[in-house]
Amino acid sequence: MGLKGPGLAGIAAGLLTLAACGGSAGTTTQTDVGITANSILLGTTNALSGPAAAYGTIANAENAYFTYVNNNQGGVNGRKITFKILDDGYNPAQTVPLTKQLVEQDQVFAMFSGLGTQTQTSVRDYLNLKKVPQLFVATGATTWGKDYSNFQWTLSWQPPYQGEAHIYAKDVLQNHPNAKIGVLYQNDDYGQDYLKGLTDGLADKAALIVDKEAYDVTAANPFAQLTKLKAAGVDTVFLFSTPKPTIQSLAFITAGLHWEPTIYLNSVSSPQVYMGIAKKSGAALKNVTSVGYIKDPTDPQWANDDGMKLYKTVIANCSTCNVLDGFNIYGVAVAYTMVDILKLAGNNLTRANVMKIASSQLNESNPFLLPGVKVTTTSSDHFPIMQEQVITWGGTGWSLQGSIIDERGSIK
Amino acid sequence: MDRIRTAPPRYWLVAVVFLFFFGLPTVVSSFVAGEWAQALVLAIAIMGLNILVGYSGQLSLGHGAFMALGAYTSAILANRFHMDYLVTIPIAAVLTGVVGFLFGVPALRLSPLYLALATFALAVVTPSLIKRPAEFTGGVRGILVAQPDPPAFISGAFTTITGTVMTSDQWIYYVCFFIAGLLFWLAWNLARHRPGRAMRAVRDAEVAAAASGVNIAGYKTMAFGISAFYAGTAGSLYAVSLGFISADTFPVSLSIQLLVGAVVGGLASIGGPLLGAVFAYFLPIEANQWVPSQTWLPDQVTSTVKNAGPAVSYGVILILVMMFAPTGLVGVIRSGYVLLNRRLRAASDRDTGQVPPDPQTV
Amino acid sequence: MQEFLQLVVSGIATGAIFASLALALVLIYNAMGLVNFAQGEMAMFATFIAYTLVARGVSFWIAFPVTLVLAFAAGTVIQRIVIKPVERAPVLTLVIITLGLATLVNGVAGFMWGYVPRSFPSPFSPESVDLAGVYIGYRDLSVIAVCGLVLLAVYLLLQRTTVGLTLRAAAHHPDASRLLGVQVSWMLALGWGLASAVGAVSGMIVAPTLFLEPNMMQTIIIYAFAAAVLGGIESPLGALVGGLVVGVVVSLAGAYIPNASDLQLAFGLLIIIGVLILKPNGLFGRAATRRV
Repeated sequence: MGLKGPGLAGIAAGLLTLAACGGSAGTTTQTDVGITANSILLGTTNALSGPAAAYGTIANAENAYFTYVNNNQGGVNGRKITFKILDDGYNPAQTVPLTKQLVEQDQVFAMFSGLGTQTQTSVRDYLNLKKVPQLFVATGATTWGKDYSNFQWTLSWQPPYQGEAHIYAKDVLQNHPNAKIGVLYQNDDYGQDYLKGLTDGLADKAALIVDKEAYDVTAANPFAQLTKLKAAGVDTVFLFSTPKPTIQSLAFITAGLHWEPTIYLNSVSSPQVYMGIAKKSGAALKNVTSVGYIKDPTDPQWANDDGMKLYKTVIANCSTCNVLDGFNIYGVAVAYTMVDILKLAGNNLTRANVMKIASSQLNESNPFLLPGVKVTTTSSDHFPIMQEQVITWGGTGWSLQGSIIDERGSIK
Repeated sequence: MDRIRTAPPRYWLVAVVFLFFFGLPTVVSSFVAGEWAQALVLAIAIMGLNILVGYSGQLSLGHGAFMALGAYTSAILANRFHMDYLVTIPIAAVLTGVVGFLFGVPALRLSPLYLALATFALAVVTPSLIKRPAEFTGGVRGILVAQPDPPAFISGAFTTITGTVMTSDQWIYYVCFFIAGLLFWLAWNLARHRPGRAMRAVRDAEVAAAASGVNIAGYKTMAFGISAFYAGTAGSLYAVSLGFISADTFPVSLSIQLLVGAVVGGLASIGGPLLGAVFAYFLPIEANQWVPSQTWLPDQVTSTVKNAGPAVSYGVILILVMMFAPTGLVGVIRSGYVLLNRRLRAASDRDTGQVPPDPQTV
Repeated sequence: MQEFLQLVVSGIATGAIFASLALALVLIYNAMGLVNFAQGEMAMFATFIAYTLVARGVSFWIAFPVTLVLAFAAGTVIQRIVIKPVERAPVLTLVIITLGLATLVNGVAGFMWGYVPRSFPSPFSPESVDLAGVYIGYRDLSVIAVCGLVLLAVYLLLQRTTVGLTLRAAAHHPDASRLLGVQVSWMLALGWGLASAVGAVSGMIVAPTLFLEPNMMQTIIIYAFAAAVLGGIESPLGALVGGLVVGVVVSLAGAYIPNASDLQLAFGLLIIIGVLILKPNGLFGRAATRRV
């Protein structure tokens, strides 16, 4: 075993020096691993390749905002943000080694906006054990906010799917109290969370759901399931599906089934660009309801909005980003919150302090969210965004209905 | 001394490879050891696939499904029945082996192309099958697998050598290394004894083998069973080395990754699966990291490669490797060795004036 | 009953999508005994070319043939560059190369056009025909009709022309063909070109219903593979029938498996494999002879 020698052991020991022994306190500032006098290193894993590659642009949009802050504001308190993006192909088996690489080799200060429920669950234990912030994972699964007491280094950002479904339940009970509800859902955490939220929200009226049909991501289209829903006598359809099956469903309901149910769409699939495609494919788009919390870059009502103008300036920093892609404004908005937190941390730029601010002291107005929606956390509530507004399709665009609905505290 | 000098070079190679893998965790960081542990896990699965495809000539595009079975068997036993994880590994391996054997029976009826479809189908539907029953498999939420701490005497030895505390990643690396070594040794024995010869005979000339009294059905199903046994072991180790498994951990691309490893490494060889595993494991990880981090390349090249994304680098590298090593990396090494050997011998023959002996067949 | 009929009709419409790509797989298999896993991605890429042409103001009816010619040329070039140097390598090596090609083409398309789905122009109306309460879209009918035309063209080419005969001879008896003076390697290139063009037809005709984005064909190729194999892999008619059968089976499975409609693909594939066990040469395949 001649490979060993004290010199090599020294190198190994050096490489093994981990986050825990950070905090090389300067004269006035408290800092941690990943922070220097003029830089902050953040890391992420996202799906840049593979079947979920459509989401990969989120990371690039986030990077565009950091670039904007670095170039136009000189960084955060003089520190420029470096954002290391690695591709996990939406596969948890890749997320694990890549996250360990970012934490142990690249020595990031925090993980930011990792994509996917299963992928991010796969590293939650590890990051909490290492006390590395796993901030604002890009998924609306309920577990992130709900299980905060067990995983205090992990937070999500967007409204949880279940909270959104509660709003649909309220809307249906108010406007269609005798609805015969049919649900089309993707058989993963996303679809199942929505379905659970709807069932919980309907409470003792859950029997209004007369049929629910699941489809798998490998399905070519959800037409069989929709045919079944129509045959079951459904008059109100919930589409808890990702954009492509949603567009297919909207077109098939009109053109393929000559059916005119009331339709509820989830917010992931409601951006105007998708509605446009559905319309061209023959969808009537009558009685379509969804909710929103973020400004849709394809929606003309924001054309002169300051937040939208800022978004367009920011996204110009990303050569591969499509300005009309709703995922990009999501990325810019969540990066905005991250930068705000780093600013708030000021000279106490430690992982613990950043987590403290993010999990319990947020009260942010974000220019990319709908007017009135705030990013808020308190010592007892760890779902940053819990306000959404009902929107209905008016033939050419979405219009906001009523006022902002706050679902805070509704998820048990 | 004389005996060592005349020992076939492949024993030297085995010794060097063994020492490399044995010493690796003492010189690299914990997470790199974790990565290599997963590469070794893939090597086990690819060896299983190699036994099936390379030696018995049956194609499988769905070995990821067998890995999933092994992984979930271990994870459920450890998580729900609180068994020691190391104990669950042989259970998972045997169970998967039996299932693979049973799968091999109807597979006998299928021509190679239909077998390819059937196994591919298995890989495609694995993630949706895993999701139920959700109470048992954890559904889409997955199962956390607690990573075991190293036993005191091993971590003690490790600390003495390296001066650092042994992490679970490093301990799991050694577990994977030990099991991989054992299974490679078994595969080597299998390949050069009667079962290996019989399988190759079935692969190369089925009717002739049957005429010589080889039980074709028996050997074909046995190959499936052994192959699944390897995949099940790999799955079980995969789960513990990752610390978490869920439906998305076993996508179709895992089965493809295994096939890529088997073919790139070189079929019907013992070294091939190891080389193929290292390639197949590190290619997707490095595809989007290596080129962009090269400072000697012009900025335009690195930024274009970075923007084009990992899929482009992955595809280009895979195609180039296959074009330059159509029979796998082992094939390249073999022909390189033969070439080198001939030159060396020719040189020494000129020195001594001796007639070259017949090339030795090992 | 109406529900059942509707499921069958939408199954046929979806099955035609699978069949259109399966036809391209069958062509490549006839030309060189290989399943080209990059076929779907190549079809997607060709469709993006057509999309770009149309977006630049070219009429659909001009963009369509131009794309076919470009796809044919691209297929030939790909064969010359990445397949020819290794055309005598083991078939699995070629399979891996097509897998690499699939990843590469997908990545390039993502880089060039992004992943936001686009609506692809169709000359047919998005409306549907009413057949006594059962509906089928004009676009679906167009897919079926185009499949039929492509099938006819492929059949005539393979069975009734010297080129087709030479193509098949080169694939099945390369050495004998060489002795007869056939440029075997160029025949393979021709096969790749034709398959690429057929794939391009498939892409352009299904894109209006599948929506154009780099992953458009990623799941379709699975169904097309199943359809081609079910039909007997060498038979164009088999590919069409196989595609329709797969479409209908999966559609019915999606509606009638109680509480497990998401397992429709699993169930469909199980049935297909059952059929193959009972009928080991596929629906339209010839019995294979085994050589000693």
